[in-house]
Amino acid sequence: MLKKEGEVRIPAGCAIAAMISRKGEKFTGEDIIRSIAVMHDRSNGLGGGFAAYGIYPDYKDFYAFHIFYDDHDCLRNCEAYLAEHFEIESAGRIPTRKVDTIESPHLIWRYFVKPKSYKVAMHKGMTDDEYIVRCVTAINATIDGAFVFSSGKNMGCFKANGFPEEVGDFYMLENYKGYSWTCHGRFPTNTPGWWGGAHPMSIRDLTVIHNGEISSYDANRRNVEQFGYKCTLMTDTEVMTYLCDMLMRKHHLPKETVAHIMTAPTWEQINNMEPDKKAYYTALRTVYPGALVNGPFSIIVGYTGGLMALNDRLKLRSLMAAEKDDMVYFASEESAIRVICPDPDKVWSVGGGEPVIVNVERSDI
Amino acid sequence: MDYNINLLPPKFLIQRDKDRCIKCGACARQCANEAHVIQLDGSIKAIDERCVDCMRCVSICPTRAIRIEEYPVKFRESANWTEEAILEVYKQAETGGVLLSAMGNPKPFPVYWDKMLLNASQVTNPSIDPLREPMVTTLMLCRKPARLELVDGKVVTEIPPQVKLNVPIMFSAMSFGSISLNAQKSLAMAAEEVGTLFNTGEGGMHRELYPYQDHAVVQVASGRFGVYKEYLERAKIIEIKIGQGAKPGIGGHLPGEKVDSEVSQTRMIPEGADAISPAPHHDIYSIEDLRQLIYSIKEVTDYKKPVSVKIAAVHNSAAIASGIARAGADIIVVDGFRGGTGAAPTRIRDNVGIPIELALASIDQRLRDEGLRNTVSLVVAGSLRNSADVVKAIALGADAVYIATAALLTLGCHLCRTCNTGKCNWGIATQKPELTKRLIPEVMYKRAANLLRAWNHEIQEMMGGMGINSIESLRGNRAMLRGVGLTQKELEILGIAHAGE
Repeated sequence: MLKKEGEVRIPAGCAIAAMISRKGEKFTGEDIIRSIAVMHDRSNGLGGGFAAYGIYPDYKDFYAFHIFYDDHDCLRNCEAYLAEHFEIESAGRIPTRKVDTIESPHLIWRYFVKPKSYKVAMHKGMTDDEYIVRCVTAINATIDGAFVFSSGKNMGCFKANGFPEEVGDFYMLENYKGYSWTCHGRFPTNTPGWWGGAHPMSIRDLTVIHNGEISSYDANRRNVEQFGYKCTLMTDTEVMTYLCDMLMRKHHLPKETVAHIMTAPTWEQINNMEPDKKAYYTALRTVYPGALVNGPFSIIVGYTGGLMALNDRLKLRSLMAAEKDDMVYFASEESAIRVICPDPDKVWSVGGGEPVIVNVERSDI
Repeated sequence: MDYNINLLPPKFLIQRDKDRCIKCGACARQCANEAHVIQLDGSIKAIDERCVDCMRCVSICPTRAIRIEEYPVKFRESANWTEEAILEVYKQAETGGVLLSAMGNPKPFPVYWDKMLLNASQVTNPSIDPLREPMVTTLMLCRKPARLELVDGKVVTEIPPQVKLNVPIMFSAMSFGSISLNAQKSLAMAAEEVGTLFNTGEGGMHRELYPYQDHAVVQVASGRFGVYKEYLERAKIIEIKIGQGAKPGIGGHLPGEKVDSEVSQTRMIPEGADAISPAPHHDIYSIEDLRQLIYSIKEVTDYKKPVSVKIAAVHNSAAIASGIARAGADIIVVDGFRGGTGAAPTRIRDNVGIPIELALASIDQRLRDEGLRNTVSLVVAGSLRNSADVVKAIALGADAVYIATAALLTLGCHLCRTCNTGKCNWGIATQKPELTKRLIPEVMYKRAANLLRAWNHEIQEMMGGMGINSIESLRGNRAMLRGVGLTQKELEILGIAHAGE
C-alpha cells in the first residue's frame, strides 16, 4: 500500500503565483486562477491550493479553522476536542462544486472559533496565538483522520488534489474577495492520496507556498522541533512554515531579518561588509545556523497585511515579480503575470537571497 | 631465576637482504629500540624481539634491504584462547603488573561509520559543484543565546564569545610529555595555517607555543598540571578534561623518565617525578561541582574564554551531556573508545566505554529533546579516520570533530602502539633529543595542514553532492544518512533509516 504523506517524504516540483493590493483593495480569486492556469505544465494534477487574506470580514475576530476529515467518526472526535478548547461561533461545510476531475476523499469543514480564555490563562506566558498553534499541532498529530489546514483570522487556505485551476473551481473561489492571494500547483514525484500535503502550508495566518526541494530539510526539522513544533508531513513547506512562525512570532524578528537568516550570506561576503552590517549578519549566522535553508527553493510567505517572496541563495528556482499601480504580482514564470497584467510598470527577477516584501499600506484590514 | 624461560616469542621477524645491504649502519643508528646492532666485523645483526614494527628502518634504508614480517610462530589457538589471550597471561605471570597498551581500542567492535551511507542529489534538486559555487565549511563554535533581539535593526542581544573554525576539524589533546614539543609545534603551525585549533592536552603550554596561542585549546585536567592564570588567559578555549575515550574512569599517567627539565617546567612538577592525574577531579564529585569549576574558570578569565568539557563516551553519556549543558559549558566534547592514547591499561582500553557514533547520536537527540542543543556546541573525537567519517559525524549531529591519531600519522607515526616506551623513532612520542630532532616542525606542519585541506575538499565534494553548500545545513541532517546491515535498535539509536527505505 502506498504510504500517506508524513509516513514517507515526497519530493515535489511546482508552480507558484501571488498577487496583492498595496491599498488593500479586495478582488476575487478569478485572476489568480487564470495566472496559475498558464503554468499548467509545472503541476501534474496531484495538488493545488490557495491562500486568501481578508476574506472573512464578518468573522475577523475569530480564528477560521478549515479541517479535512477522513470520515464522520474523525469529525466527531475532533469536534469534541474543539468544543473542549474553543468557543465555537459558527460551524459548517465549506461550499464546493462538482468538478469532474476531483475526487474528494475528505469531509471539508470550517469553524470560526475563539480560545476558551480560562484555558489560555492556565499556562505561563500563553497567548491566543500560541494556544492556536499548540491546539492545531495537537489535532494534526494526535487525532486520526482530522487535519487542520487553515487556522488564521480573516484568511483561509483552500487545497485539494488536482490542478490548481480545478481546485479553485472546486472551492468556488470566485465567491471570495481578498486583498492578497497566493496559489500553488504541485508536481510531486509520488502519488499522495491525501489532501493535507498540498500547499499552502499554514499555521494561524502564516502561509507558505514553495517550489523546490531543500537539502537542509532534516537539519531544519530537528531544529524547529526543539521549540515545540512537530513536523507531521515531512515536507519542506511544512518545516519552512514553522521556521517562519518561530522567527517571526516567537522571536519577534522583522520579516527582512527572517529572510537574512534563511538565506544568510557566506562568511566571505560577511567579512567584506561594513562594520555595522558585518556585526548584524555575523550575529544572525552565529545564533541561527539551524534556520539556514539550503538547496533550491522559491517561496512566498503570506501573512495578515502582506507577502514576502524569497529565493534560495544560488537562485536555483525561477521567481518573477511585477508591479502595476498598487498591485504587486509574483509567479514562477513571467507569462503567468502577463496573462492578468499585460502591461506592468516594472518586471524583475527576484534575486537569490534578496527578499521582496510587500505590505498593505492600511491597518484596518 | 636461572630456570626462568622467556615464553614470549618475538612479534616481528627482521629480514635483511644480504645482496642489497651496503652495511651503511643507518638502521642501527636510527633504531632507538636497538633492534639492529653493528657487530665488530661491521656486519649488522637483527634482534627480532626488540622490533616494534615502527618501520623507521624500512623507510630510511637507502637500498631497501629491510623487510619486517610477522614472526612465523603458531600458538595452539582456540576460539577462546587466542594467541593474544595466551601472551597476556605470560606477560602478567612474568611481571605481576597491569597490562599497558597504547592507542585506541583495537578489538573488532562494530565501526558504525562503515555501516552508514550518504545521500546524493539526483533529479528533484541539483547537486552543487564546489569548484564553481561557494561551498562553506566555516562554522562558529560555542554557546549561543536561544534567540536574538533586535532594536531598530541592531542586534542588542549579547552573544557569548565564539570561536570561528575554517574547517570542522580540530587537533585533539596530546600533552607535552606524552608527545614531543616538535610534534605539538607542527600541529600548532598547521592549525594556524588552516584556521582551526590544536589542543595542548593536560601538560601545560610550553613557551615556544605562545606564538600560536590564538589557536590553542588548553586543558584543565584532574592533575592541574601547568595550570595558572596566564595559561588560561593564553587559550582560545579552555577545556576541562573529565575523561578520555581510551581510558574512561582513570586519569593520565606520565612516567618520571619522560619528565625532563622542559616537561618539568611546563607541567610545574619536579624533574623525574611521575605525573599521575587522579581518576576524578577532587573538586568535582557531582554536576553542581562541575558548574562551579566552569564558572571559576570563566571568572578568572573575565568571561572572555569559552569553556569546554570533555567526557568519555560511556553508557549514560546523554544524561551527563545534558547536565554539562545545564552547568554552563560552551562546548561538550565526547571521546569514543577507539580514541588514541599514549598509555592505557589494556583491560580498560578494550572493555570500557562505547562507540562514539552511538554516543553522539543519543547525546544530540537528548539535547534536542530538552531544547538545549542550540545553546551548546557538540564536538566528537575517538577515531575519525577520514573525511567521510567527519561528514557522517556532522550529519548525526556534531558541530565539529577532533582528530589526533590521523594527525600523528601525518607526522610519520606508524601506529606501532608503543608510545608508552618513550622510544619513538619518529620523534613524536618521546622526549629524547636525539629522537625529537628528527621531527622538524617547519617541514612536517605542511603535511598536517595538507591533511586538513584534503579532507575539507572531500567534505565539500560530498556536501555538494547532497545539494548542501553550508556546513550548518549538514549538521544533524540525518535524512542524509542510511544504515546498512544494522538492527532496528541500532537504527533507532542512530536515528536513521535503513538503506532502501
